[in-house]
Amino acid sequence: MKYMLLIAGAEDGWDHLSEAEQGALYARIITWWDERKAAGELLEGAQLQPSGTATTVRRGISGEVTVTDGPFVEGKEMVGGYGVIDVPDLDAAIRLASSWPAPDTLEIRPLVTGEMG
Amino acid sequence: MTARRTVDASLERVLREERTRLIASLVRILGDWDLAEELVQEAAVAAIEHWPVDGLPRNPGAWLMTTARRRAIDRLRRDARFRERLAQLGEEANEMERPIPTGGPLAADDRLRLIFTCCHPALSREAQVALTLRTVGGLDSAQVARAFLVPESTVAQRLVRAKRKIRDAGIPFRIPDAAELPQRLEQVLAVVYLVFNEGYLASDGAVAERRELASDAEWLTSLLARLMPDEPEPLALLALMRLHLARADARFAADGSLVLLPDQDRSRWDHAAIAEAAGLVERALRMGRPGQYALQAAIVAVHATASAYAETDWAEIVELYDRLLQLQPTPVVALNRALALAELAGPAAALAEIEPLAARLDAYHLFHAARGEMLRRLGRRGEARDADRRALALTDNPAERRLLESRLEDPVGR
Repeated sequence: MKYMLLIAGAEDGWDHLSEAEQGALYARIITWWDERKAAGELLEGAQLQPSGTATTVRRGISGEVTVTDGPFVEGKEMVGGYGVIDVPDLDAAIRLASSWPAPDTLEIRPLVTGEMG
Repeated sequence: MTARRTVDASLERVLREERTRLIASLVRILGDWDLAEELVQEAAVAAIEHWPVDGLPRNPGAWLMTTARRRAIDRLRRDARFRERLAQLGEEANEMERPIPTGGPLAADDRLRLIFTCCHPALSREAQVALTLRTVGGLDSAQVARAFLVPESTVAQRLVRAKRKIRDAGIPFRIPDAAELPQRLEQVLAVVYLVFNEGYLASDGAVAERRELASDAEWLTSLLARLMPDEPEPLALLALMRLHLARADARFAADGSLVLLPDQDRSRWDHAAIAEAAGLVERALRMGRPGQYALQAAIVAVHATASAYAETDWAEIVELYDRLLQLQPTPVVALNRALALAELAGPAAALAEIEPLAARLDAYHLFHAARGEMLRRLGRRGEARDADRRALALTDNPAERRLLESRLEDPVGR
């Protein structure tokens, strides 16, 4: 089954870490990413630029469009990355998400498959 | 008349056991919770019609499976996508016609898969409870609704959402592996214990369904204990529930008010059931490092086997609470430990332990009731009444309210 992992965290969450600690954590994330990709569990994904770069486009029911600065939900935890994984079931997805090396919050969402290819 | 009722009761027990087994198999084979439930419902109705007349089948499980299978085949034939499942259903039915082996590998029991799936952490606690009672316990949504005092539509909606999530989010129908088991088992036991307490604590007789909930939970736990004979905690929880049930009759006075442990008439306790449950506690304790339910059951067993309140081994109880507190450092456990300490070291010592819990337990009625009791024993009546009033404002339980009201009405205090 395919799931999207939405990886969220406080954007200033790394500020209290020293430069060396930040480097070490980043290296752990890279290793995790490469290993899961090599295992075929992680299909694709990316880190996102901070929410300050976000632009929200809202399209209303009659087609009117408004463009605003910022993400669609303002919160303490912001989505900072995503990955699409392919694993047998939710338990496997939870195991995979639990092994994420950084102190973040991960939302697991199954993909609707088959209709949009 | 009595004979007929006995037959019905045993039929009901067999039907319940076999129904759960059947629903678990069908959920595994069909992967469709609603269809599985419908088929089992139809098979159960047929059993209620036929068994009292024809007698109990030699293998009730096979009988139900055959009945459900016939109906399933009718439906699945109409749907080509289910052809593969149909073949599987045939195989499973053959398997069910042979005597069901006992003592086989437990990992293969579908009922355990069913329970773990119903109590999956990706479902809300309300959904876990509703789904477990509905699917494993065989209650319909109206019964679940009456037991939890919520509208039936709420329960129905919880069930629909939970089943949809199981399907769409890919929650697997499996028993957790060794690494996950301790945490997942804890979740399952928390669900059945919540069901038990909901029934047991509310059992003032106002709503019969609520009283029956406690025995439903006891049945679910006995099933778990049988399916996982090497795990001490299901056995310990079963013992804990039985120790409570064995003394349930003495908990209420004729007017429906709560009778606390010191004032209970111990001749109304079921001493045979207590001795049996105490044996289960011993067994659970011998199975390894005691978990939270083993320690709780051990504490209740010390109370239940004391010939009188004054004869209770308080030192033993305080020591068991110390061990429980290490495992579960919660303010509620600390409060209960303090109440035991009061009997060993006096109310002043207990109050000194209770006061620091105020910040965390201010919204908990039993904190104020316990504090009130200690203040009363110390002769500080005005403060005691204030505490009782605070407790009264925080509980809706009618039996507890009557007890607190009678304390407040008593002009000299107790």
